[in-house]
Amino acid sequence: MTVYAFHGGIHPPENKLQSTLLPVAQANLPSHLIIPVLQHIGMAADPVVKVGDLVLKGQVIAEPVGRISAAIHAPSSGRIIDISQQPVPHASGLEAECIVIETDGAETWCEYEGLEDYTQIPPHKLIDFIRSKGIAGMGGAGFPTDVKLHLGDDHIVNTLIINAAECEPYITADDMLMRTDPEAIIGGIEVIAHLLKPHHILIGIEDNKPEAIAALNRAAEASALQIDIQVVPTKYPSGGERQLIQLLTNIEVPSGKIPADVGIVCQNVGTTAAIYEAVTTGRPLISRIVTLTGDALAQPQNYRTLLGTPFTTLLEQAGVDQQRLSKLIMGGPMMGVPVTSPHIPVIKTTNCIIATTVEEMPAPPPAQACIRCGLCEQACPAQLLPQQLYWFSKGKEFEKARQHNLFDCIECGACAYVCPSNIPLVQYYRFAKSELRNEELEQRRADHARARFEARQERLEREAAEKAEKRKQRAIEAAAAQAARKKAQQQAQAETATENSSAASSNEAEVKALKVAAAVARTKLSKAEKALKSARDKGLDGVDKLEATVAQLSAKADEAQAAYDKSLNANNSSLEIAKSDAKCDANQDNSPDTQAQEQSAEELDMKALKQQVSIMRTKLKKAKASDPESSEIASLESRLAEASATLKAAEDKQIERAAAEGIDLKQLKIDAALAKAAVTKLERAAKAAQNDNERETLEAQLPQKREEADQLAKKLARFE
Amino acid sequence: MDAILTAIVVLFGLALIFGLILGYASVRFKVEGNPIVDQIDAILPQTQCGQCGHPGCRPYAEAIAGGEAINKCPPGGQATIDQLAELLNVESIPLDAEHGSEDVRKVAYIREDECIGCTKCIQACPVDAILGAAKQMHTVIVAECTGCDLCVEPCPVDCIDMIPVATTIGNWKWPAPPSPMQIIATDRPAQIEESQA
Repeated sequence: MTVYAFHGGIHPPENKLQSTLLPVAQANLPSHLIIPVLQHIGMAADPVVKVGDLVLKGQVIAEPVGRISAAIHAPSSGRIIDISQQPVPHASGLEAECIVIETDGAETWCEYEGLEDYTQIPPHKLIDFIRSKGIAGMGGAGFPTDVKLHLGDDHIVNTLIINAAECEPYITADDMLMRTDPEAIIGGIEVIAHLLKPHHILIGIEDNKPEAIAALNRAAEASALQIDIQVVPTKYPSGGERQLIQLLTNIEVPSGKIPADVGIVCQNVGTTAAIYEAVTTGRPLISRIVTLTGDALAQPQNYRTLLGTPFTTLLEQAGVDQQRLSKLIMGGPMMGVPVTSPHIPVIKTTNCIIATTVEEMPAPPPAQACIRCGLCEQACPAQLLPQQLYWFSKGKEFEKARQHNLFDCIECGACAYVCPSNIPLVQYYRFAKSELRNEELEQRRADHARARFEARQERLEREAAEKAEKRKQRAIEAAAAQAARKKAQQQAQAETATENSSAASSNEAEVKALKVAAAVARTKLSKAEKALKSARDKGLDGVDKLEATVAQLSAKADEAQAAYDKSLNANNSSLEIAKSDAKCDANQDNSPDTQAQEQSAEELDMKALKQQVSIMRTKLKKAKASDPESSEIASLESRLAEASATLKAAEDKQIERAAAEGIDLKQLKIDAALAKAAVTKLERAAKAAQNDNERETLEAQLPQKREEADQLAKKLARFE
Repeated sequence: MDAILTAIVVLFGLALIFGLILGYASVRFKVEGNPIVDQIDAILPQTQCGQCGHPGCRPYAEAIAGGEAINKCPPGGQATIDQLAELLNVESIPLDAEHGSEDVRKVAYIREDECIGCTKCIQACPVDAILGAAKQMHTVIVAECTGCDLCVEPCPVDCIDMIPVATTIGNWKWPAPPSPMQIIATDRPAQIEESQA
């Protein structure tokens, strides 16, 4: 098997020997265990215990939430005394939710049971079992292991790589684990291989761990599986996932992809051992090996430590010299972060605690300007351009940094290690990365807010439209109701009106005629008055004559106006009433003026009625001639009958009225006609007379007869 | 003479063909609305706070496309102004103090025992982030709140506070490295003493 190479890399002082001189010791049980609910990548676990609860060692105290999450178990028996914000191992030094257990020292285990033969149960049940034991990657990132074990579902996994490189200086936790418990590692590999069914299993290990290599070889020989233990040269960062894959297979994992996309799954040795322990014994992940090293410690050593143990407990056990201690580092010297509070607990990913002295790790010299030497580019294991990334990050041109593949940077620190200007390059990259992540988050939030805002806008518009529609509907309904009411009213009016509609129509025409007559009379009067005035002014003759004319005209105008007013009144009120009123007036006043008026009105009325009747008659005749079957005829007949009845009634009224004055209208008519005839007779006789005597006597009689005839005619006119 | 005629005919023919192509393209690939407004709207922070004097982010985006100043968005701050300046190829200018100053992200918090259930804040919220009903206590859905401040003013009992969003491990950002100009060689011993203490 050939060992390939990756680009760049550095060879920092290893400093691994100090902590491997002594065997792995059991860390002291602290009085309080502080267990953060988020010890892995993904969603924080949800506490399932309350303050005051008694818990047993290995009991679940927080359940995983969502797919990428891990369960948390009580590392020791005791009582929950607090669930609150506590300082946690994080670069920010911030607090996060933690479950605090007051240990009782009894270390009473809860009931647990391993799987007798994991090969006999369905793979998904086995993965669920591993998930329930809270196992997350112990190499440093803390990715929930069960998710990686599911990769066989949607990827073809042909290579399983076990990362035993442990390339960072100082750290020896995996080395010690391999030395002491290689069987667990090989057992864990068998479990993973059973789930992923790879064609090829590789263990990558640096050549600076000969004891571990020997132990692994022994254990691997005993295994039924073909496991290749690949010894790679010591070079930082060969333990990086992508770098190790390239070292062992010469396959470069593309940017933005995961190793499973090229058929490779990587697991850390610590994780492998934890899987084995969980599957065979049923014990959850509650402890791990932590390297305690650094010059400030009297006894650098690896400790099997319960999760949740505060750093202080371990440091005291390792004999920390507080006077010499200058800096406490969590993780390795290359990728680790300085710790602000020594009270933070060990979590699933804590592999090393370095207590350094000033001499060991002096404060970095001040950064100087970049001289563009290009050493960083040669050291970069990800083949990036650290110098360019530095410029863009410093100038806050984050988008450009992204375009230069900033997110492929593994933050190994090789570039900063070789930088002759001591520029804290990794800090710049971390800053730029978190700014870009934050920008992305803000963008997502903005898009979400926009969607919600637009949805709300749409809803408001829809509601407004619905309201308007309803209002419109209501208006239409109201209008319809009003129209119906009006119609009903009109119908009622029409019913009452039809009875005297014909009379009213004739009456209207008459009123109009009267109005015109009155207006004409007024104009004539005003003209005459004007003429009179001018005549007077000019002192012309015939003023007297004009005065007489004006008087006459004014009388006439008054008359016409009075007639118009009257008829208007009559028209406004019902015709019958007006008529009777007029009759009463005529009877009571008996003044010639009003009588004459009344007569003229009545005459007009009679005339109109007569006319109407005759028109109807002709219409009827015509209709009968054109179409004897027409339906019009019936209505015409009925209307004619009505009109004739009205006419008859009017005539009867006249007769009645005449009778009221003691005059027989018929007799009067006959008398008048006789008188007229007598006058014409006399006139003719006078013309025909031969002698003058006869003519004279006849002519003497004529004025008398004429007088009589005139009187009778006048009398008759009053009633017609 | 023939050559000139040929040239005229050919040029005319070409002009006709390209004219037809352009005419077809202008119909077929017609862009609805103003695409620059969408791009500006994508940059704006969508708090819908109205501090710019427009009723929401999109109206401001439209106004910017129409030539309004780009420095009227306090929630977006200088970062938004810079992005807008880059998009519109104009000079970046500092935030207009008249419209407010850049502030930390805040969310509304209703003091629930003081809430009388008037629903006025619900009506004011541009993103429907307040939950409640008439005569019932209201509360803010923190994940949806944009911190626009619009619910504070309508509250008749003044029970809404704007609380800065606390920094947690989830939203913590790596700080920018100190500028090298701030560190000079003589600072070193002092720093060491500090870290020892």
